Parts: sequence; C-alpha cells; structure tokens
Amino acid sequence: MEQVRRANKKPLLVIGILSGLIFLSFFISLNTGVSRIAPLDVIKTLAGFGTEKEQLVLFEFRLPRVVIALLIGAGLAVSGAILQGVSQNGLADPGILGINAGAGCAVVLFIFFFQGSAASLSQFSIFVIPFFALLGAFLAALLIYVLAWKKGVAPVRLILVGIGINAAFSAALIIFQLKMTPHDFMQAAIWLAGSIWGTSWSYVWAVLPWIVLLIPFAVYKARYLNVLNLGDQVATGLGVTVEKERGILLFLAVALAGACVAFGGGIAFLGLVAPHLARRLVGPKHEVLIPASALMGALLLLTADTIGRHLLAPSEIPVGLVVSILGAPYFIYLLMKTN
Amino acid sequence: MGAVELKQRKPPQERQQRVASRPFVASCILIGGLVALVLGIGASISLGAADIDLKTVWAAVFQYDPEQTSHQIIHELRMPRALAAALVGAFLAVSGAIMQGMTRNPLASPSIMGVTAGSTFMIAIAFAFFPGTSYIGLMLWSFAGAGMGAALVFAIGSLSRGGVTPVKLALAGTAVGSLLSALSSAIAIHYRVAQDISFWYAGGVAGVQWVSIKLIVPVAIIGLCLALMLARSITILSLGEEVAKGLGQHTALVKGLGTIAVLLLTGAAVSVAGNIGFIGLVIPHITRFLVGVDYRWIMPCAAVLGGLLLVLADIGARLINAPHETPVGAITAMIGVPFFLYLARREGRGW
Repeated sequence: MEQVRRANKKPLLVIGILSGLIFLSFFISLNTGVSRIAPLDVIKTLAGFGTEKEQLVLFEFRLPRVVIALLIGAGLAVSGAILQGVSQNGLADPGILGINAGAGCAVVLFIFFFQGSAASLSQFSIFVIPFFALLGAFLAALLIYVLAWKKGVAPVRLILVGIGINAAFSAALIIFQLKMTPHDFMQAAIWLAGSIWGTSWSYVWAVLPWIVLLIPFAVYKARYLNVLNLGDQVATGLGVTVEKERGILLFLAVALAGACVAFGGGIAFLGLVAPHLARRLVGPKHEVLIPASALMGALLLLTADTIGRHLLAPSEIPVGLVVSILGAPYFIYLLMKTN
Repeated sequence: MGAVELKQRKPPQERQQRVASRPFVASCILIGGLVALVLGIGASISLGAADIDLKTVWAAVFQYDPEQTSHQIIHELRMPRALAAALVGAFLAVSGAIMQGMTRNPLASPSIMGVTAGSTFMIAIAFAFFPGTSYIGLMLWSFAGAGMGAALVFAIGSLSRGGVTPVKLALAGTAVGSLLSALSSAIAIHYRVAQDISFWYAGGVAGVQWVSIKLIVPVAIIGLCLALMLARSITILSLGEEVAKGLGQHTALVKGLGTIAVLLLTGAAVSVAGNIGFIGLVIPHITRFLVGVDYRWIMPCAAVLGGLLLVLADIGARLINAPHETPVGAITAMIGVPFFLYLARREGRGW
C-alpha cells in the first residue's frame, strides 16, 4: 500500500518514461525489417530527404503498421482496464471472456458471406468490418452478461461463463473457417492468431476514430470506475446511478475491444497484462490508470509486433502469438498470487 | 417430526450426488448402451459418401472379400474410423471421471486441464525437430505432452494461494492451453509444419488406420483395467481426502495410480484423434446423475456413454454439411458448451 501511495505521486514521470520508450521502440521498429534502414536515414526520410525506395518502405508499409499497432495496443489495454474495474476482478480480459472471439466470429462471417476472397477487401468493407466486429463483440458481451446473471453478476460466474462462450464461438469459427476456400482459410487463420494485417493508411483511418473518441471518453468516465470500486451500495449512496454508469462503461470496453479485434485479430492477454503493469506503476486511480494503461498497451503491442516480425525471421509470427507467449506466464503468475 | 427430519436430510439437488448408487439403472445403461453402441458403429460404417447397406456391412465384417470395393471401403476406412470413435470417446469419458472423482472438482477434464494442448505442443515439436518420426514415436511424444500439460496445470493450481478451486483450475487450464497452443503455432509457422499438425488441432477420427488402433488398444486396456481396479478407492476418495485417509486408504498411492490411468487414456485418445473437447467433462456428470456415486458403476457406464456420444458426433460430423466434413471437436464443443455454462451458473452454490 505504501508503495502504491508513493508511486501515486509520480504518474507524470511514469507517463513520460512510457512515452519515451514508445518513441524508442517506434524508431527501432521503423529501422528494422527485410530491408534495414539506418536510424539516421529513418530521421532523414521522415524529414523528407530519403531516397524514393526508403520513402516507399517507410511511409507506405512500416509507418501505417506501427501506427495501427500503437492504436490497437492502446485500445485493448483500456478495454481491459475498464473490464477489470467494472467486474472488480483482476483476471478479466476481453480475450479470456470471449468478447474477442465474438468479434472474430462476426468478421469471419462477413468475409465468408460478403467478401468471397479476403485478399480483395475493398475500401468500403474496410470501414464496414469494424461495425461487424462490434456487433459480434456486443453479442458475446450480452450473452455472457445474461447467462451469468443470477440476482446480480458474481465475478467468478462471469469469468466461467466467459470461458464457455469463448469455447462456443471458437467452435463456430472452426466450422465456418473450414467452409472457406483454402486461401481465405489461411487468411482467416493468420488473422485469428492475431496479426496486424492492414498495412495501408486506409486501415489507420478506419481504426483511428474509434480510439481517439473512445479513450478520452473512458478517461472522462474514469471517476465512476473509482466510485464503483467502493461497492454498489457506497456508489449509490454517493449519488451514482450504478447500473447506468456500469452499462456505459461496459459499452465502452466492448466497443474498444471490437474495433481493435477488427484490425488486430484475436490478441489475448494484452488487455489483462497492460492494466496490471500500469497499476503497479501509477496506482489504482482510474484517471491516471487509463492513460497509463493505454501507453503501456501501445508499447507492449509495438514491441511484440517488432519481435514477431524479426525474432524468427524470415517467418513472421503473428503478434497475437507473441503476446500470448509473453502474457500467459504473467497471467499464471497473477493467478497463483490471487486468492 | 419424521417429515421434518426427512426434509432436513434431503435438501434439493445438493445431496443428489450423495444418493446411493443405482445398480439397476446402471445395468440397464450398460446393456442398452452397448446395444446402442453396436448399432451406432454399424450406422457409422454404413453411412457416408458412398452409402452401403447394413447387409454388405455384415458381410464385409464377417466374410471379408478383398475383391469388392465396398468391402475394401468398409474394412480400410469405415471400420477403423467407427472403432476409433468408440474407443476415443470411452477413453476420454473414463479419464474425465477419474479426474473428477479424485479431485472432487466438477470442471476437471482432459481438455480443460491443458492435457490436449500439451499433446499438440509436443507433436508440433516432434514434427519440427524430428521429421520422419514414426507413428509410435508420435504417440510417445503425445503421451509426454499430455503429462506435461497436466503437470503444469496441477502445479499452478496447487502452488497458488487458496488451493485448487474450480475457477482457478479453469483459468489455469485456459492460460496453459493458450500458452502451449501459441507456442505450437509459432513453431508450426516457423518450421512450416502447420499442415502436418493442423489435423491434431481440429481433432477427428476421419483418417484413422488399423495400425493406430492396434497401437492404442493395449495401452488403453491397461488404463481401463487400472481405472476399474481403482474404482472403489476413487469412490471413497470422492467423499473427501480426510474421509478416505480416516478409512485407512493410501490416498497418495490411489492418486498416483489414478494419474497414470488418466495419462494413459488421454494420451492414447489424443494421439489418435487430436483435440476433442468436452466429452471428458460432460459424460462423467451425466453418468453420475444417472447411476449414482459408485465409481464401480460410473467407470463402465461412462465408457459406454462416451463411446456412444463420439460415434454419434462423428456421424453428425459427416452428415451436417455433406459432402464436407465438420470437425467432430466443434460438434462436441457445441454439445459441451451449454453443459459447461450450466455448471458455471451453479458456481457459488456449494462447489
């Protein structure tokens, strides 16, 4: 507790350090790749003095991917932070609860029914896909909430029901995946393993509004998370309409997860790990915790994506797998520590 | 007074598991189930891309004529498939029954405990680093993986504060499962063996050959015999470890032998059919509900019911979307998930 209070005094420092680290990994990610660009050349190119080839690689391939990784990482982390706050359960995560699987299922159905070939995604469908993902995410969340409801939603029941829903959507996914053409199948499989597949600016424009609108809104609503953590009775006593605020916050978490899954695929554990690490650094107050989680998530996902692209080169490991391999042990550690 | 006492002695449902066993029901299930299983296997052999009538099936089994195409199809493709489904279903169900009896944990079952994920992981390693491993070799890898997965989940559960609650078990299983399958996917992508191990992921008995049945039968017979021998001790153990110790039972020995039986049965099942979930969770619960608490009845009944379920699920896998095959693991999940949710909703009411 003492530690938390001391840490609480320096959230600005933490945010500064995290931003610095993001900046660093941003550059590392930009200069590594199949064709390496020296750090100095990266700066030169960014300033507009690079060769044509460097400009092409940097602006058309690497930069959009890096930006998407940052956005998705931030979105998933904030979604996890809200879910953990609302459910008062440190083990909540959109991936474990099956919200990601719901969104994934909807996207695969969309590709299956409307697209024909996942490779030829039109400009139009890039902007439609997030809505489908949202639909799936909300369906999953609704199912979990309704099935876990029994005179209130006990956190334990919520998680168990979530695991069940996750299994159901995953099974449905397999069935539809196998009905696809081999090419679509591979696309869907790689996407579901969690890989940032859009590497053009139109994907950035499609995901950007969700993140820049929803995260500030989450920060604005953060005080309600603090109050909800005191328990429903205290919160009601303080004049908070508990069910309404809980509903809004859940809506935010699900919307963020859905939008992120649409472009990042099934990335599990990030929404769990990032808020935990952030909480250790800045303490439990959500006004600071949410921005810190967002930065932590962005940093982790960008790092994981860089690792996935280069560690076992030339084969590209989907970022979701890297996150799972790094995040699952941490989750297990948390599991062993909690009562 | 009497009425009050009766009420107190029997709070609804809670005590259902304590109700004495029902040998009559159990015998009916055994006999009826075996008949249904034989019919199911017959149906499984006769249904498919080329429909073959039961008379030909009979002839192919008992007067095999290698000259006839239909006899060949039956002998080389359909029979091993149907038998494998029955065996794998039985193994998984008995394995789940042992786990649930030993740990008194209603969610204990092969797929949730990370056993299948462990098998897949080891098979990925075998394909990536030891290409050309023989079929027996793969089975041994699969066994090793099953052991590793179970050991990991158990270790996490028992090392964690507050002991192994059902929720912890489910979460630990989920985490170990995602970790191991992420690792196997990464290995599969890097070493380009995704095609080879995709079969173990989806799960199914479509391509089973006689040689694999010949391999798993002896292993599994040992496992099944062990399970039946342990049945009485597991019944006692399922009353609680203190009670069992008080009755003079060597609980450590029983648990050790039980674990060996679980590993033999699950390892054999996964090495043949890959990742087929939920049978080991659902069937023991249903069996216990039907026949009571005596594991001497639960084990054989669970074996018969498990075999029957997987044979039927496998027939369904062929018919739902003919001529394409639906992975049978997806079908058992569709059956199992509602059941899992029912168990999850019961959480907080005494287990």
